[in-house]
Amino acid sequence: MIHLTIQGIEVVVEEGTTVLEAAQKAGIRIPTLCYHPDLKPFGSCGLCICKQEGSAKIIRACATPAAEGMRIITHDNELNEVRRTILELVMSTHPASCLTCVRNNKCELQKLCVEYGVREQPFETRIKTLPKDTSTKAIVLDPSKCIKCGRCVQVCQSLQGVYALEFIGRGDATQMCPAANLPLGDSPCIKCGQCAAHCPVGAIYEVDEGNVFIKEASDSEKVVAVQIAPAVRVALGEEFGFKPGELTTGKIYTALRRLGADYVFDTNFGADMTVMEEASELVGRVTKGGVLPQLTSCCPGWIEYVTKYYPDLIENLSSAKSPMMMQGAITKTYWAEKMKIDPSKVYSVAIMPCTAKKVEIHRDEHMRSSGYDDVDLVLTTRELARIIKQFGIDFASLPESQADSPIGEYSGASTIFGVTGGVMEAAVRTAYNQITGKDLSDPDIMTVRGNGSFRHGALDIEGKATVRFGVVHGMANAKQVLDEIREAKKKGTRAPYEFIEVMACRGGCIAGGGQPLGTDDEVRSKRTSGSYTDDKKSAVRCSHQNPSVKKAYEEYFGQPLSEKSHHLLHTEYKQVPVYKN
Amino acid sequence: MAQNLFSDELLGFINEWKDKPGNLIMVLHRVQGEVGYISREAADEVSRLLDVPLSTIWGVVTFYHFFKLNKPGKYNIQVCLGTACYLKGGDIIVDELGKLKGLEVDGLTEDGKFSLEAVRCVGCCGLAPVMTISGEVFGKVTKDQIPGILDKFE
Ligand code: SF4
Ligand code: SF4
Ligand code: SF4
Ligand code: FES
Repeated sequence: MIHLTIQGIEVVVEEGTTVLEAAQKAGIRIPTLCYHPDLKPFGSCGLCICKQEGSAKIIRACATPAAEGMRIITHDNELNEVRRTILELVMSTHPASCLTCVRNNKCELQKLCVEYGVREQPFETRIKTLPKDTSTKAIVLDPSKCIKCGRCVQVCQSLQGVYALEFIGRGDATQMCPAANLPLGDSPCIKCGQCAAHCPVGAIYEVDEGNVFIKEASDSEKVVAVQIAPAVRVALGEEFGFKPGELTTGKIYTALRRLGADYVFDTNFGADMTVMEEASELVGRVTKGGVLPQLTSCCPGWIEYVTKYYPDLIENLSSAKSPMMMQGAITKTYWAEKMKIDPSKVYSVAIMPCTAKKVEIHRDEHMRSSGYDDVDLVLTTRELARIIKQFGIDFASLPESQADSPIGEYSGASTIFGVTGGVMEAAVRTAYNQITGKDLSDPDIMTVRGNGSFRHGALDIEGKATVRFGVVHGMANAKQVLDEIREAKKKGTRAPYEFIEVMACRGGCIAGGGQPLGTDDEVRSKRTSGSYTDDKKSAVRCSHQNPSVKKAYEEYFGQPLSEKSHHLLHTEYKQVPVYKN
Repeated sequence: MAQNLFSDELLGFINEWKDKPGNLIMVLHRVQGEVGYISREAADEVSRLLDVPLSTIWGVVTFYHFFKLNKPGKYNIQVCLGTACYLKGGDIIVDELGKLKGLEVDGLTEDGKFSLEAVRCVGCCGLAPVMTISGEVFGKVTKDQIPGILDKFE
């Protein structure tokens, strides 16, 4: 253990702790712009500079390990002066268009300028207006606002392993963008939105379609049906003063109705259907000798990654559509028929933690399996929060309500889909039943939970079968196991797994690219607990026990993997070039 | 196409350097030596051969002045747009080359004879505005002198 003082306050920290983290422990926040707890210190902004008593040396708190006996000064007149100057310099190349910026009030630079009392512009301004990159339906790059902190590049390369973004050019002209002057839409980008979630300013942000929703919802001809994803209920509340992980499901349903939704459904019902289909597919592959390991398919970021970088593993992907796409297809077929509503009048909206979902709905013709766009519009959690505010709804005091039946009820298994390991756990609960005819006495499968970047092990199903599982989150972490599968394939053998779950975002969708900003591991763990709490308090814990799911099969689909299921609930994948041009 | 983009010698060099640290700049250096510039195709090929992302390569070639991303003409024109030259009308030279030859910065004339690059300070600010053609320096250039200068290289 290391003993040091921060502004005279004694703290004891573990070896390897940085001065920045030690200060947090002492209850002191050192200002940062380039640092992010998910990433390695980059040391580019210089805001975190501190002094040591009796030394003239200036250190960068984010990149300096705490050492025994250090006496750190984090704030004094001189340091604050320097910080103010740094901020003024940043502002000399940054447009002061805060009022019309998507990050107004949520911008780290703006917040620091307020804290340090930046009021004037003593330096000559050199503000360049550069064209925005609007080539994807998921995120917008606005290089004019970039402060070159480098977070997005590190996110895209180290966390996601995608390498769409890089520092291109030198000096003043440096831009964070794809190679060869290509727009993001032609680059390897998988639309995960993690760059947007980590950008301290408004230089990368989600495509905002809130107004489209408002327009459609006020059209009396349309039957607006909205679904909400598992991860939204543990995070949206943060925008309204709730703690991360606090469940606000019932309030979200009510808010959506007040915003004009005619019917409110739950993606969790779709997730239960996904479990039925995907678990049946797994059991089939294991017992009848199909391609193994089976890879999950509900994360569109991951699907784009695998179809670009590992096309040879496409045959390993589960053909099951994502919960959102299943829910959309079911809404415009089974439900519309049942309600005698013309599906062409149904406007299907999905509230998602994810920017990649905005692209998924247009992926190919399978996303129109009902004969119409199965999902018409995707809004991220952040966009929904903005509309709720715009309509003056006092979210905190909203009464709770229920989702609409019969495609709104859900099991505990479906609500953990948003957490890394959740899809695996949900599928195994049902696969266990399909193999043994019995239900697990304890549905909590603790061995697949946790936050290790690649967790693996084996689950014994009463001696009748073994499921060797792997769980990966954070796209870059998939490489190891994917290479293992690829190598085995080349040798004509197979990698020692039956089922592998992959989620592009670290922590799973609860920390997706469309979730409330400020996500770090602490927030991830709270949202995760919220999801497990929701599971635990559910009357029904397994997808196959959900009465509405049973009914959907009885009344419409027959059984999992039936012809109707194949048409509406399954899809195919094609190789996608890493660079389109 | 991939086969004849690089010579066997170059491919051998790349193979030899494949697993050595710091190989990327070495390899790109050789590629430019052979091809004359780093074309998109060449960058794609290096990316494939070294298993390095294209974006990493692009980051490197746009960082170092040394690397050229565009095919050079028979005669490469550099116009200085550093502070001194800019103030003395370096941009007027660029405009004039556009009018006379249809040249844009980083562009090439249709006949492949001239290419144009904008550079930052060639180290003779006293002569501003400065342009160089294939290494030959022309100082205190005025708009009217340009056709005559170009004629020397026709
Ligand atoms: S959306 Fe994801 S893949 Fe695309 S640039 Fe951002 S971090 Fe990279
Ligand atoms: S786009 Fe945002 S995250 Fe990326 S370097 Fe610029 S300011 Fe930083
Ligand atoms: S992990 Fe979830 S939020 Fe992230 S890209 Fe995948 S589906 Fe979207
Ligand atoms: S936060 Fe330490 S240098 Fe930017």
